Amino acid sequence: MPISNSVEVKNLFFKYGTFKGAVNILSEMNLSIHKGEFMVLLGPSGCGKTTLLNCIAGLLDLDKGQIWIEGKNVTWKEPKDRNIGMVFQNYALYPSMTVVKNISFGLKMTGASKTLIEKKVKEVSELLQINDLLHRKPSQLSGGQRQRVAIGRALVRGAKVFLFDEPLSNLDAKLRAELRYEIKKLHRDLDNTMIYVTHDQIEAMTLADRIAVMKNGIIQQLDNPKTIYNKPNNLFVAGFIGSPGMNFFGGKLDRKNNALNIGNTKIKLDPYDYVSKPQQDLEVIFGIRPEDITLNSNSSISIEAKVELIEPMGADTLIWTSLESKPLAIRTEGSSELKLHDTLNIGLDIARSSIFDKKSEERL
Amino acid sequence: MKTLTIQGPKPKDVSIARIGVYCFLILCSLFFLMPLYIMIITSLKDMEEIRQGNLFYLPKNLSTYAWPKAWGTACTGFVCEGLKPGLLNSFKITIPSVIVSVSLAAINGYALSFWRFKGAYFFFGLCIFGAFIPYQVMIYPLLRIENILGIYSSIPGIVLVHTIFGMPILTLIFRNYYSNLPIDLFKAARIDGGNFIKIFFYVILPMSTPIMIVAVILQITGIWNDFLLGLVFAGRENQPMTVQLNNIVQVDFGVAEYNVDMAATILTSLVPLLVYFFSGRLFVKGIAAGALKG
Repeated sequence: MPISNSVEVKNLFFKYGTFKGAVNILSEMNLSIHKGEFMVLLGPSGCGKTTLLNCIAGLLDLDKGQIWIEGKNVTWKEPKDRNIGMVFQNYALYPSMTVVKNISFGLKMTGASKTLIEKKVKEVSELLQINDLLHRKPSQLSGGQRQRVAIGRALVRGAKVFLFDEPLSNLDAKLRAELRYEIKKLHRDLDNTMIYVTHDQIEAMTLADRIAVMKNGIIQQLDNPKTIYNKPNNLFVAGFIGSPGMNFFGGKLDRKNNALNIGNTKIKLDPYDYVSKPQQDLEVIFGIRPEDITLNSNSSISIEAKVELIEPMGADTLIWTSLESKPLAIRTEGSSELKLHDTLNIGLDIARSSIFDKKSEERL
Repeated sequence: MKTLTIQGPKPKDVSIARIGVYCFLILCSLFFLMPLYIMIITSLKDMEEIRQGNLFYLPKNLSTYAWPKAWGTACTGFVCEGLKPGLLNSFKITIPSVIVSVSLAAINGYALSFWRFKGAYFFFGLCIFGAFIPYQVMIYPLLRIENILGIYSSIPGIVLVHTIFGMPILTLIFRNYYSNLPIDLFKAARIDGGNFIKIFFYVILPMSTPIMIVAVILQITGIWNDFLLGLVFAGRENQPMTVQLNNIVQVDFGVAEYNVDMAATILTSLVPLLVYFFSGRLFVKGIAAGALKG
């Protein structure tokens, strides 16, 4: 067992229900998380990411497999003996206790001395800037403040591994961005291992060292945010990551000319970096992100398109046109002066595009 | 234009529906207050006046002799000590029964909603099933069991019986209340290092005030008003107030003294009445506190 891994999930099985109608939520899950790594488990609801987190925390008993934390097999250990701290979506602060008592509850349970508790609470409350709130009840706090307290409660015990279960989902957009920044800063300063569950891809992209994109209890891709964004493994990952999403078009590969035919449009694929070159002329799905499309291009590929809809988003503008009568979104600068019904000559950055096998949905 | 002058809060009209509601409420309260009215005025009349009929009339000559008699000297069987000893017995039965049954049910409900052990659902179903079995079926077997245990006809014996019979419905109440608490609270407490007992006392119990009040009121009134179990299991020395009241009312010799009967009945029902009066406000408070989001 190499000590450089902080959390290891080995061959984990988890199913709901004990009888015939049992559903496998996680099957043969393997995941290694390095020391000090910020790992984000990302996926749509029902993909098993929260179940996995609860298994790591010891709140759910797994059916098969092992969990290792900090070099110890903790599969049968109680949550409190796993050296973890956890933050929940709905804060889960003890409503009958003040903030101080909430934060110090864990220490009190371990029988820490009063002076130690005081010292630790002071440290944490300064770190999270909640000194002024210490004697309030959770019901007297705003959502953002509550989540700070909840993070404080997880921090105070000096756990090696932090688990976050969609901690920002109940907050409004502005607070979410603020706390996201705080969590990232916290990770930079504390250097603990963090496992963070979310369905929000922006959170995943901004926070993670590595992202595990999950679907139906299976990790679809495990890589750093850049790779996940630029070189998605399969159609699901490509569609899930990115907002506005990637544009997809069905087409047929023409290996002789190394080109792609989408309806009547022919696209040369010379700059494309294949994972493995296909052996036959497959039906494929071609995907390209809105920002990888250039306007008024004079490159070799130039397609004529009409502006059908404009969505100004401040920093940039989203232009909707169509290609082979399928909608196509283009991201351009915010100062764009384009108007409805303008005609464009668009160019596609093939090197940054993705091509998937239509059958297996895997990247080619 | 007329519509321009419309502004500010919409004026409130006294609607026919509202008048109807009030009429209904007043009629209801009259209906439920009538027996109490008759009981009080009858207890303040002498027998002469009662014999004349006139059930609804206020007493012509106020006579308070029925009250001390009901309390201290009315005959229950061969003993003529009134209800006095019964009051003490009722307290001796009710207080431990309420404490034991409510505490056990709270722990039951807590275990059933948070520590889902294997077969928890089956166990819960069994518990609920218990609530539908008529008392009468269980009385004789229970009597035999208590006889063997040597606690038949004693305070512990009757406390055990009340605890058993209160368990299904109280467990149901607590389990349903706890099932509505966010499970994440419990998870957080487990990660914080709480065990079964600590989580219950530090986290769950402080959040249980509203349901505790409901359970305690339910048990106090239920056990205080119980007649059958008290008669069978408490024993001659520990007969609760309700059994003694029955003995006063069911006289086999002499004349029936309705004024004494009425006074005795009011005395017997005083405790649940006071509980309702004073805990009503607490009850609302508790519900309001419980409604706050954590």
